[in-house]
Amino acid sequence: MIRRASYGEPARIGWLEWLPWAAALAVFFALPEYVPLGARILVYILFALSLDLILGYAGIITLGHTAFFGLGAYVAGILGAKLGVTDPLLQMAAAAAAAALLGVATGAVILRTRGLTLLMLTLAITAILLEIANKATALTGGADGLSGISVTPILGQFRFDMFGKTAYLYCLLVLFAGWWIVRRIIYSPFGASLVGIRENVVRMHAIGSPAYARLIAVYTISATIAGCAGALLTQTNQFVGLNVLSFEFAGELLVMLVLGGVGRIYGAFVGPLVYMIAQDQLAKQFPEYWYFGIGLLLVAVVLFARGGLLGIADRVVSKFRGERR
Amino acid sequence: MEAFLSSLVSVAFHGAAYGMILYVISVGLSVTMGLMGFVNLAHGVFAMAGGYILIAAMDRFGVSYPLGLALAFVLVAAGSVVLERLLYSRLYTAGELAQVLFTIGLIFIAVATARLLFGTLQLLVPLPDYLKGQFGLLGRDFPAFRVFLIAFSAVMVGILWYGVERTRWGAMVRAAVDNGPMAQSIGINTRRLFTITFALGSGLAGLGGALGAEILTVQPTYPFEHLVYFLIVVAVGGLGSLRGPFFAALLIGVTDTACKYWVPQFGAFFIYVATIAILLWRPAGLFGRQG
Repeated sequence: MIRRASYGEPARIGWLEWLPWAAALAVFFALPEYVPLGARILVYILFALSLDLILGYAGIITLGHTAFFGLGAYVAGILGAKLGVTDPLLQMAAAAAAAALLGVATGAVILRTRGLTLLMLTLAITAILLEIANKATALTGGADGLSGISVTPILGQFRFDMFGKTAYLYCLLVLFAGWWIVRRIIYSPFGASLVGIRENVVRMHAIGSPAYARLIAVYTISATIAGCAGALLTQTNQFVGLNVLSFEFAGELLVMLVLGGVGRIYGAFVGPLVYMIAQDQLAKQFPEYWYFGIGLLLVAVVLFARGGLLGIADRVVSKFRGERR
Repeated sequence: MEAFLSSLVSVAFHGAAYGMILYVISVGLSVTMGLMGFVNLAHGVFAMAGGYILIAAMDRFGVSYPLGLALAFVLVAAGSVVLERLLYSRLYTAGELAQVLFTIGLIFIAVATARLLFGTLQLLVPLPDYLKGQFGLLGRDFPAFRVFLIAFSAVMVGILWYGVERTRWGAMVRAAVDNGPMAQSIGINTRRLFTITFALGSGLAGLGGALGAEILTVQPTYPFEHLVYFLIVVAVGGLGSLRGPFFAALLIGVTDTACKYWVPQFGAFFIYVATIAILLWRPAGLFGRQG
């Protein structure tokens, strides 16, 4: 039931897969005080989903995925605060386009390399963006962050209210669209070729699969989704800080994804959910122990539970059914 | 003209001191990555630990500066052996992603521990009097401590090069970097060799962190903040080489100092651009073997 999503599995959407959406709507109606936190979780789920696509499926190990998220966040923010483009969908489109452009431009250049070099290049690209955001204070607000971002009602109808209700539903809709796209990719032959590239790139070359072009394609798609997630964060918070481009944030995102489970579409759902709720409950009371805890958790996951929480659930389920692994 | 020349000398001098520190810290990372192919993002943790050990030893236990430096080296090296045996060694064959995640986890733990033990403020090393003041050379005055840094690091580098190029241990390390399985098959105990090399590299990082506490300020976020620079040194210099990271570190030290002096509005922008350009031109680094 909790299967690893991939090409070859039946692609019909099972009843279990509707569960997250039902739960999200239930939270909206039953727990209004958690709606603002919920919106943030939805944004991080979308971001983690985009990372899962390239890290979990295509096997591109990147430390610089925040570049696209941060670019999307700043594009939406600068449009809203400085250039007077206040329509949220227009901001989102511009953020997506900018992130896609950065994705295809950097992807075409760096995806020829592997290993440490690739890691280093992704880090350096993000570091350049951070440096620009830090120094171009007239545009980005620098270290103080970018505030005063105005966002007009969606389609001229739905105003962003102070309880975050509109923002929540808006995030949910965008996440649903992102999930649908990612899911379609994963169950397609294209998705299967990505897994092939991850597992053995030489063989993929041998069977005539254009590995480099496929990697650029998926990198660009993932960058676009990450850019949308960034724009979402800007629009729900109406603020952008430098930390969206920081290495710590990239690390936290990795923790979220790994916690849920890499290379399985719902790992990106479970991880951010658990992480953000735990952070909301614990981080304010014990900030020092919080970071200690997530570090310990990361080490433990790597050493003992490579599949994350969903991997553990898998094992429990198969044990329960008496299956042999 | 005179003023320009003077600032040129000053940039070269401070850049060299900075570069030397970067090299002492990063060289261990280069060798261990070349030897075992282990992506150790937590290398900066060892450097930070060195800085804290020196400061704590001097402030809380009244240890003298030279002894503090020695302690930083020995304790960090010893600690790294424990980590290597217990944790790192489980992940040698685990693939890059696991190694990256594991070492990021270590960074989080180290940052939190440093905050708990020492607070969030940056700490300063109480330098002994004989390292303060100015040092006259060729009619110019240089800060004595920086002169000491350059001289001391140069001696360390000399010892290291002699060790790797001229001793039996060094020959074994070079053999294992060039071809690990072959080295093992002719009877070199590569596991033990690696543990020793790892300890030495980490100890050097601790020493570098302690020495460079003035330049790379000691604070809990140290491993995050300076990680990019350590990695650049290794990636640009070339894995597994001694010479490559040396030139890369000096290049970065001088460029970074020059940028901060003349064009502070660009920050570290040029370093990153240069890194990308060099890595695209030579993906295995300046002195690495191009695969």
